Amino acid sequence: MQETSPHAVHQHAPPTSFIRKHVFSLDHKVIGKQYYGLALVAVFVGMILSWLMRIHLAWPTWPIPGLDKLSAVGAPAGVMTPEYYLSLMTMHGTIMVFFVLTNAPFAAFGNYFLPIQIGAEDMAFPRFNMMSFWTTFTAFLVMVAAFFVSDGPPISGWTAYAPLSAIGKDAGPGLAMGQNLWAISIAIFCIGSLLGALNFIATTLDLRTKGMSLSRMPYSTWAWFVTAVISLLAFAVLLPACILLILDRTAGTSFFIASGLVLSDHLQPHSGGSTLLWQHLFWFFGHPEVYIAILPSIGIVATILPVFARKPLLGPRATIGCMIAIGFLSYMVWGHHMFVSGMNPFSANLFSVPTLFITIPATILTLLLSATVYGAKMRFHTPALFCLGFISVFISGGVSGFFLAQPSLDVYLHATYFVVAHFHFVMAVASIFGVFAATYFWFPKMFGRMMNDTLGKWHFWLTFIGVYCIFMPMHYLGLAGNVRRYSAFVDDYLIPLIPVHKFITIAALATGAAQFIFLFNLIWSRFKGPIASDNPWEATSLEWSTTSPPPFDNFGGRHMVVYQGPNEFGVEGSANDYVMQTSPEKIVTR
Amino acid sequence: MGKLFAAAVFVITIVSVAIFVMHTWWLPIDISTTGPAIDHQMDETMIGVGILFLAGQLVLAAFVWGSSNASSGRKMKIFPGGATPLVAGAIILVGLEILTLTFVGSKAWGAIYIAPPAENSLKIDVQAEQFAFYFRYAGPDGQFGALHPDKIDDGSGNYFGLDPANDVAARDDIVVGSLTIPVNTPIWLKLHSKDVGHSFYVRELRVQQDFVPGLEIPVHFTATQTGKFEIVCTQLCGLGHYNMKAYLEVVSQDDFQQWLKTQAGQ
Repeated sequence: MQETSPHAVHQHAPPTSFIRKHVFSLDHKVIGKQYYGLALVAVFVGMILSWLMRIHLAWPTWPIPGLDKLSAVGAPAGVMTPEYYLSLMTMHGTIMVFFVLTNAPFAAFGNYFLPIQIGAEDMAFPRFNMMSFWTTFTAFLVMVAAFFVSDGPPISGWTAYAPLSAIGKDAGPGLAMGQNLWAISIAIFCIGSLLGALNFIATTLDLRTKGMSLSRMPYSTWAWFVTAVISLLAFAVLLPACILLILDRTAGTSFFIASGLVLSDHLQPHSGGSTLLWQHLFWFFGHPEVYIAILPSIGIVATILPVFARKPLLGPRATIGCMIAIGFLSYMVWGHHMFVSGMNPFSANLFSVPTLFITIPATILTLLLSATVYGAKMRFHTPALFCLGFISVFISGGVSGFFLAQPSLDVYLHATYFVVAHFHFVMAVASIFGVFAATYFWFPKMFGRMMNDTLGKWHFWLTFIGVYCIFMPMHYLGLAGNVRRYSAFVDDYLIPLIPVHKFITIAALATGAAQFIFLFNLIWSRFKGPIASDNPWEATSLEWSTTSPPPFDNFGGRHMVVYQGPNEFGVEGSANDYVMQTSPEKIVTR
Repeated sequence: MGKLFAAAVFVITIVSVAIFVMHTWWLPIDISTTGPAIDHQMDETMIGVGILFLAGQLVLAAFVWGSSNASSGRKMKIFPGGATPLVAGAIILVGLEILTLTFVGSKAWGAIYIAPPAENSLKIDVQAEQFAFYFRYAGPDGQFGALHPDKIDDGSGNYFGLDPANDVAARDDIVVGSLTIPVNTPIWLKLHSKDVGHSFYVRELRVQQDFVPGLEIPVHFTATQTGKFEIVCTQLCGLGHYNMKAYLEVVSQDDFQQWLKTQAGQ
């Protein structure tokens, strides 16, 4: 178990100063925690923005105490203006997609656990790793700064469609400095993500310890690896797109601005650009981004669920194959966001078919996870509940994709709340359920203390029921033709739907409040939780073969040798019902 | 705890499906010749997807219920047949559903977006701007005047940038703020944007199409019922997006001719 493996060695000395230990650290574990902390701050900012939006949608004339302090112009006397609603909506979407859904399941947990799960001492490029976090952190500061500039945050949505986003102040409030900051922030974020993706790929390919063949890697590591490949290709397109957008805005170029446009009574001095070019570039990133958010959570659930089912994941190779298939197909479907954009209508079928095909690996993954539970002796701790909740919300979000993948139905449902329901369920809620499962599962390893299971279960139940109360009614609103991105519902058609919005708002406030139980549990357990053993869940992967929390070099100078896959649960004839990956024990029967 | 989870999933699933089945909130009436194909496609998808949703959730609930049986002597069970039948079943069943939806759906899509508009269509120009729609009819001469973006002046009502002083065809163009069309007549809209992206969405027509600055986008449809319906913008276009709307008025042939005469006389 402690043989030398030349592949697993990547050495740098432990830091001694506070700054190098906790701030500009090269240690992947510290960087993972930094990403987690950033995502935690971001998710509460994003959630509070969604509260403000929901309150405004349900009761548009209610003053929200303190909102005028954030923006006297955007919310005079606490009542937000239509443009401020759009600003908050833009910031909610941007912060959640980039700084939460990309950071938490991938960068945070991937950084912390990918090297340990493959038996490495650190990432392949620790300095790049540190740079990637601090670049991302800078991007977050630049993004948040948009709240404090005179014209406020941009109002063009997280998709920043040109030419609304490209022209500047003539297009409306928030589209001057606020939009500049948005574009600069996202460009910086892309650089951080590219550095991170390179690091994940190199680490997975080069630093696996002896015996850790690709087929023995835990599913979470597989998911982070596939996600890194997707990220590398996706952010490499978004970065130049953002640079071109910045040039259109500041240097007089016309990449995304057509000629002859008149805004604020000014004929714009641009010519020759293509509005659809932005949409193509953005969605070439944007659709794979959905999988950047969800694949890590699929891998996390596939890793955690068998631990609590006490039996191996059904179809391990099919699971990995499906993750790769989803990653591959994710690059062929971006046009399904553009069915009504005016692109050639023949291309709609071309984008529709691969989109529908993605449902095959997604269905297989769901079935394999469900069938893993079949006949199990489940231990219903909080991580297990969030895994089961993940399967449920992933099904709910996935099936609505069948509608939106068809151009003839999208032509009615596009830009309605049906879309909001779909992507929140499948991309946001499912991904966050994976993050919650990961947090409750790996917290003991990261901090050496257990989280409170009772509080965790309360958190689960309130969140699980809450998200259904929020997002399921949005399907009905969408079917009724309720358009999204409206700051108020003022016309005769939409006014009768306002009671549904009130119900959703109450559910959103309650579900959001439940997240403070999680926050309390996180902070309380960090200092007061019971001390965790090295392997409190009786799991098999390498992180459970070291101390909680792991030492600086992860394994205390040991070079791990792997003999088993990660899936050895329910093993008969073994001293326990599981066999660690580092155990040389021969498994005869299951 | 497992049984509670199973019960919760069961209740959520049944309530969600019941609301869909009861059509508590549903699509409004359809008033176009292409609408029935879309509605049919929606129904087919709803049934297929509804079965998948029900099956997926209820199977999960049943498995979790079974896995929470606390009897200590119970043996762990592996799914019968392992992963292979599940993978094969998913490929065959979902694959068939995909092929069916694609085959039926592409016909509905083709009828709206790929089939050319009828030659005898009534042509109407639509200009979208922050935050209004304007509609232009050719007038008695049947000719549209040329567009000059530099002449756009909302203050004087020149929303399209016409040049009647130098362009004879533009002089009788009718420009109005609502879309009046005759029933059972093919309509051919040409969408232009003055400034940023907008969208033309009439729920009852089952038509949604973006305005793309720099491009002229064609849309064609035939309304089958008279009445007044909302045209709303669905592409985020700025602070007044939520309130950017116009009305579609579908009238009889006679009423339309009368309306046209009245407008031309003004």
